[in-house]
Amino acid sequence: MSKVKLIWLSSISCNGNAHSFLNYPQLEEFLDNFEFVYHPIIESDYSLCDVVHQDLECDILLIEGAISPEFKKCDEPIINTINRYAHIAKKIVTVGTCATFGGMFKHSGYRYTTGLHFVEDKPSFLFKSLESKTVSISGCPIHPEVLVQTLYAIKDDLSLHLDKFLRPKEFFAYTVHNGCVRNEYFEYKVDNHNFGAKEGCMFYDHGCQAPYTTGSCNKILWNEVNSKTRNGEPCHGCMDASFPRFDFFTTKKNMGIPQHLPLGVGKRTYLTLAGVTKAFKIQRFEEDMFSYSLNK
Amino acid sequence: MIIILKNYIYKPICDKISSKPTKRNFVDKLDKKALRRESIIQTALQLFSNNGFHKTTIPDIANSLGMSVGNLYNYFKSKDVLAKEIIKYTSNILGEEIKAINLQNISTKEKIKAIVTIYFRMAKEKPEMIEYFLRVYLSHREVFKDGCEGMTCVSGFMTEIMILFDEGVQNKELRDQDFFSAFGLFMGYLGGMVFLNGEDILPKDLQEYIDDISNNIYKALSV
Repeated sequence: MSKVKLIWLSSISCNGNAHSFLNYPQLEEFLDNFEFVYHPIIESDYSLCDVVHQDLECDILLIEGAISPEFKKCDEPIINTINRYAHIAKKIVTVGTCATFGGMFKHSGYRYTTGLHFVEDKPSFLFKSLESKTVSISGCPIHPEVLVQTLYAIKDDLSLHLDKFLRPKEFFAYTVHNGCVRNEYFEYKVDNHNFGAKEGCMFYDHGCQAPYTTGSCNKILWNEVNSKTRNGEPCHGCMDASFPRFDFFTTKKNMGIPQHLPLGVGKRTYLTLAGVTKAFKIQRFEEDMFSYSLNK
Repeated sequence: MIIILKNYIYKPICDKISSKPTKRNFVDKLDKKALRRESIIQTALQLFSNNGFHKTTIPDIANSLGMSVGNLYNYFKSKDVLAKEIIKYTSNILGEEIKAINLQNISTKEKIKAIVTIYFRMAKEKPEMIEYFLRVYLSHREVFKDGCEGMTCVSGFMTEIMILFDEGVQNKELRDQDFFSAFGLFMGYLGGMVFLNGEDILPKDLQEYIDDISNNIYKALSV
């Protein structure tokens, strides 16, 4: 059986997604089914300039990094290379938040920098005609498992339910908060004041964006063992269209009220609930868990 | 024969049906019960505010309503429970008034003036509502400590003040600061003025202070 041919094209990028992909544990098995015509790190038969100057075979075009009409690779504007291969390929996958929404590199200094179809949460019309064949995977970086499962779904012609940003709902229909082991602390509004500690939720003071960022970080763990929030570090919202918000470790508040509330929760609902739970002090959540259990 | 048999069978069934509460009757009963409950709250609110919390007994409230003490206990198990329901009731009424202001497309400055106006109007037209808050809720904390922890029983009102402040900071009219610093300044000021008015100390009618007080609050809280 012939392998699915992939071209991984890096635009304005740090190559973080290409590196993250290398953490996929069953990479050898993956390469039994897929073949990189070109990948910036994995050895392949063709060079980047071969890709840019020739029309090579390609089933799925993977685009990493933000896109600007000013940006060139091998002396050719990247948008020309994208357009050529977009028409050769059956599917296009935007790999990472920069390729999807502009991400960190929308601040790169190149003019008109955009994601393939979106600038943050607004549509970008540069590649409008390609929308029907695109699947977006956001993340800074992407989770390798999410990318690989999406590629297998495309290979097997499975129908993917996509959200308004063309992301598979299987991975983006719920928040990063879903599955966080600190939910007890979230419910009773106890923040964590020491990064890396086992106790506390970081939504209230420490900038955690998990309750309003969609993504699978706490359901499909990183390196199969952990996530930022499980480890005691706030979610930076790297899968969100608004990424980066920059103030990563502080919760933006207006007179003590968080500016960004859990996804879909109205301000009155949130404040009413918050008023009730804040009135109660649960001793178990005030102490570190080892001391508390020793005293019981 | 058949007719006789039919009558024989149907009559008792029809009687049985007519004696059952219909859906309409059931709703009417619920409405009546809710109305009765509210009238108890309103009467108790008047008595607690006018005569003091400890001086007012459950028989006093029942007497004023022309109902038996036993029946009143069917609605509220104790005087403390009734006291907590009253603070929720008044907080929700004030909260709804402020919510209507918060939903208007006007500046925070205008909203502050509208809230001061409502608060003073309420102090004049329904003084028992404000009196209850100042003289019962704030003065008898032992009654409210179980079941009204923190701000739980005044959340209807608190939520709207939070929304007012939050939106004021977002639209850059108000300065970001600790919530309670701002809240104390706002409500402490209004409560103080209503208290002075209640003691007949103010030389002018309360309504005449609306402009100055609204401006003072806005200046103190603005950027």
